[in-house]
Amino acid sequence: MIKTQLVGTRTRASQQKLTYPIRAHRGALLLGASGVLIVIGAMAATFGSVAIPLDVLLQIITAKLPGAQIVATWTPTWETILFDIRLPRIVLAALVGGALATSGATYQGLLRNPLADPYLIGVSSGAGLGATMAIVFGVGAIPLLAFIGAMGATALIYALARAGGRTTPTTLILAGVALGAFLSALTSFLMFKNDSAFRTHQVIAWMMGSFALSSWQSVATMLPYLVVGWLIVYVNARVLNVLQLGDTQAQQLGVPVERVTMMLVAAASLITAAAVAVSGVIGFVGLIVPHAVRLVWGPDHRFLLPMSALLGATFLIIADTFARTLLAPSELPVGIITAFCGAPFFLYLLRQRKESLV
Amino acid sequence: MNTLQLRAEGISFAYRDQIVLNEIDLAIQPGELVGVIGPNGSGKSTLIKCLCRTLMPQRGRVWLDGRELSSLTAQQIARHIAVVPQAVELPPGFTAFEIVMMGRIPHLAWWQNETAHDRDIVRAAMEATQTWTLADRLVNHLSGGERQRVVIARALAQEPQILLLDEPTAHLDIKHQIEVMELVRCLNRERGLAVLIVSHDLNLAAQYCSRLILFKDGRIYTSGSPRQVIAPDILREVYGVNLLVLPHPHTQQPMAVVG
Repeated sequence: MIKTQLVGTRTRASQQKLTYPIRAHRGALLLGASGVLIVIGAMAATFGSVAIPLDVLLQIITAKLPGAQIVATWTPTWETILFDIRLPRIVLAALVGGALATSGATYQGLLRNPLADPYLIGVSSGAGLGATMAIVFGVGAIPLLAFIGAMGATALIYALARAGGRTTPTTLILAGVALGAFLSALTSFLMFKNDSAFRTHQVIAWMMGSFALSSWQSVATMLPYLVVGWLIVYVNARVLNVLQLGDTQAQQLGVPVERVTMMLVAAASLITAAAVAVSGVIGFVGLIVPHAVRLVWGPDHRFLLPMSALLGATFLIIADTFARTLLAPSELPVGIITAFCGAPFFLYLLRQRKESLV
Repeated sequence: MNTLQLRAEGISFAYRDQIVLNEIDLAIQPGELVGVIGPNGSGKSTLIKCLCRTLMPQRGRVWLDGRELSSLTAQQIARHIAVVPQAVELPPGFTAFEIVMMGRIPHLAWWQNETAHDRDIVRAAMEATQTWTLADRLVNHLSGGERQRVVIARALAQEPQILLLDEPTAHLDIKHQIEVMELVRCLNRERGLAVLIVSHDLNLAAQYCSRLILFKDGRIYTSGSPRQVIAPDILREVYGVNLLVLPHPHTQQPMAVVG
């Protein structure tokens, strides 16, 4: 438990507010957040064109377990809806939410910039160009081209930022913004030149993000990249903390700053590219979730990273549930929901913790 | 006991065309407390950065006990050399304990977690710097003097043999200046820590250092005992002002005052 000693004339109110009394219960908090994620995931599966009551849902799932002896009281259609449509979609939304929040936390820590998000380093513009080419030229394979575009843009931006000497956060951000604008211009040109309204619409829908085409296949596609990226990021959580001291002090404390920066940019971009490839560009999750976690629980990445992943997953499941039910039978792009709910919540947090760490 | 020697051999450093360090030769002997003084822009801070490889000198070499600094990894260097930078900003939201624990990074491999052993070292470092009572406080709520001591504690947690301090007393009031200098002297005497301290304060440096190195325009103007270096004609030549040099009533060390 952290107790602040109130000394001297420093502002007492802000001191009290800024202690993190929960720091001692981090394990319990993470466990709690995992529990919430599972409950929300299960509840999300009950909603849809066919409402499946929660108790039946749990029975359907337990019946699948080996050795379970439950007499089916439901129609096989429910089982199909649950296992082939809803569950893959919910799992994918959770993975993408966790992915975006993790890479957002990583970029914000690495670049020491609270406005950094998973798309800052050109990942989204690269992915956008890839997906647009796939759609406009009718190549298909949207995820593959989006992934290649995302990783290609990241590599190019890193090389450009490095060419100017050492890669500093500022050069990375500037190179990202500049190349991002260039790639977006190419994307816009392709959309403008193409005369199929249907394809243009397809591009726009992709850019706003959707889980409408989720399948276990997409889960399996993205999972290996996620696991590799997550491992690299989590292993470097302590190093991310030291990087908050700035490059010079981090180096003087024995951190190979240049190598770590490259590794973390690659890992975070890999995570984002995998997410974007299966779901399109979903904004706000990667910006807001890690930021909110930092505002509430402080900047220690050993807690910040897993907590952001869990809350990002939960948030995106909720957002996607709204996206597919709000205007049913038609679907809203989930990116609209994340921005619509995320932005006000974030402003609320910012007001609550105005004197805080931003 | 510490036997490491840090030695610069003809090092030069320039930012673009501006030469900041010009053919510097110096050595920090084990157990020594050396002061580096000189006017603004004479290359003192750059010297510290070259001695811990934050900057690579364009010419010359830095040796850490027979091994060239450029052949060592940042982690290897940080196990032997700790740096206390000038006017440190510490990232908000971390506790003093967490900041000092960062000093254990050079001793931990990436897969290792901090152990009870590391916590003991951190605690000892914080007790030595009288920051243990601040352990749970957020660093953004500490005063300048407290923050400076936390950073020195972090340097101690590195268990270095050589400590480089860049103007550790700048921005501190006289009480905290003395506290920091007393602490540095104590660490030097009791642990045999070799210390190089860059300072603007001639009198503080003369009181506490056994040897002074006076920089002017990126070169060593002179070096020697405080009595040899703090002399009216030398100071006039280097700083361009007339100062009176008096012996300290108790220690007999020289004091420069406005004449």
